[in-house]
Amino acid sequence: MTVIDVDGIRMRYGPVEVLHDVTFRVGAGETVAVLGPNGAGKTTTIEILEGFRRPSAGRLTVLGTDPARGDDAWRARVGIVLQSWRDHGRWRVGELLDHLAGYYPRPWPAVPLLAAVGLTGQADQQVRTLSGGQRRRLDVAIGVVGRPDVLFLDEPTAGFDPVARREFHDLVAGLDTTVLLTTHDLEEAERLADRIVILDRGRVVADGTPAALAHEIVGADEVRWRLGGRRFQESTPDSTGFVRELFAAHGSAIAELEVHRASLEQTYLTLVRHAETEVAA
Amino acid sequence: MIALRSGWRRGLILLRQSFSNGPELFSHLLWPLLMVGAAVALRGRDFGAFSLGALAVPSILGMNAAFGMVSLSQQLTADREDGTLLRARATPHGLPAYLIGTLLLVGGGLLADLAVFLVPAALLVPGLVTGGAGTWLTVVGLLALAMVATLPLGVVLGSAFGTARAQSLLTLPILGLVGISGIFYPLAALPGWLQAIGQVFPFYWLGLGMRAALLPDAAVAVELGDSWRHAETVGVLAVWAVAGLLVAPVVLRRMARRESGSLVAARRDRALRRVG
Repeated sequence: MTVIDVDGIRMRYGPVEVLHDVTFRVGAGETVAVLGPNGAGKTTTIEILEGFRRPSAGRLTVLGTDPARGDDAWRARVGIVLQSWRDHGRWRVGELLDHLAGYYPRPWPAVPLLAAVGLTGQADQQVRTLSGGQRRRLDVAIGVVGRPDVLFLDEPTAGFDPVARREFHDLVAGLDTTVLLTTHDLEEAERLADRIVILDRGRVVADGTPAALAHEIVGADEVRWRLGGRRFQESTPDSTGFVRELFAAHGSAIAELEVHRASLEQTYLTLVRHAETEVAA
Repeated sequence: MIALRSGWRRGLILLRQSFSNGPELFSHLLWPLLMVGAAVALRGRDFGAFSLGALAVPSILGMNAAFGMVSLSQQLTADREDGTLLRARATPHGLPAYLIGTLLLVGGGLLADLAVFLVPAALLVPGLVTGGAGTWLTVVGLLALAMVATLPLGVVLGSAFGTARAQSLLTLPILGLVGISGIFYPLAALPGWLQAIGQVFPFYWLGLGMRAALLPDAAVAVELGDSWRHAETVGVLAVWAVAGLLVAPVVLRRMARRESGSLVAARRDRALRRVG
């Protein structure tokens, strides 16, 4: 089942077109990362999907409904992780979650939800006294309190230290819903996403699983080894087969074997470079 | 249904928070008590046959009833700036519940402030009529009308003047209007063109209505045309109420529609730059 269906959306602010023909789909249960450099249009795209902005052209549906026309019943099925700043600072953590649960038909009760995001100890604390990482976990809890069928996260770990980032990844990976997140962090996209949509200058330049993207675009893994005092290096799309033949031919004479798989980072850099030369040309 | 219930709960939680933290509790007590002090200080001064103190108590009451408009407008601006409004927008039934909750917060806080002012003022300032049930019925009815007439205007002002800086600019003309609304000095003593401006806005009529309720009948001699003008009072306030109720939902929806995560993030970055 298709949860998100984006077909040829464009977004124009005055004379500046920030999205040109963005098209992709997200199926039920998938976690998809929209990846791209700053200014690529990631935030605009997710805000259109959340129903906060209206595209200049194109068609889109989220859970079968145009977000710009989404009613309360639609809203109740859509979770949005907003980056809190100082809103609801005086509310107690448990009190806020409990209150917000009351807006949804089948909410996640506050006590187990707090446990799931690791904030049980902070339930009676005021929101403004939370650390940055705790606050972001509360943002996730608020995003999922209504047991949404789709969850949106915009740059969820910007400004996190590595520990908070890791905890956050584990939390998101454990969610049982369709997730669309934006990030400019390759490692984050690779760790969390089943599929990656790479956006550059308002266009989708690639769409696929991390492994498929890497193979499709960079194409080849790199194999290095030493044989009889000399170093060798070979690019090959099938590194496993190549290494098997290497051993079949030379057996234990092979030393210092290294296999470098085509990485998402290479893919990403290749793509963004391509896009830049296209624009320049 | 969900909007009503959630909005009600939200309002009660906000009111509890507002009355259980030191600085806000202090301001809930400080301003009303300062105004009690002002009225007490004025009770020896006379305007015609009446004490200015007795004239001032109902006028201050009327002015403060109208000031709910300003607090609501500031509350909206603050909630827009910090992302509260965006969260409401991301929640089913969130906007109506937000509005109900905020109206309860501002309206409830206002009633408490008025009580803190009126109870000691009625005991300490001579020359007020405070014995009859009719007086209090009129006061309560007028307060209800005051809120219906002015709180929607607060929504409009809060939507139109979207930043904290714009809000502080807004207080100047409002204080000017209070100055020409017969609150601290009878309107009859002002030049005609100022009287005309003063009578357009709700401040004057709320003060007049409160004076009609709380002063002896003879005090009508101080008013324009020697009349309490009950019908005009209700009429002008009702016009403001209808206009506000028509415009407020439209501008609130428009303002909420423009909110998005990136706007709130941009404001946060600006604010953090100012601090840093």
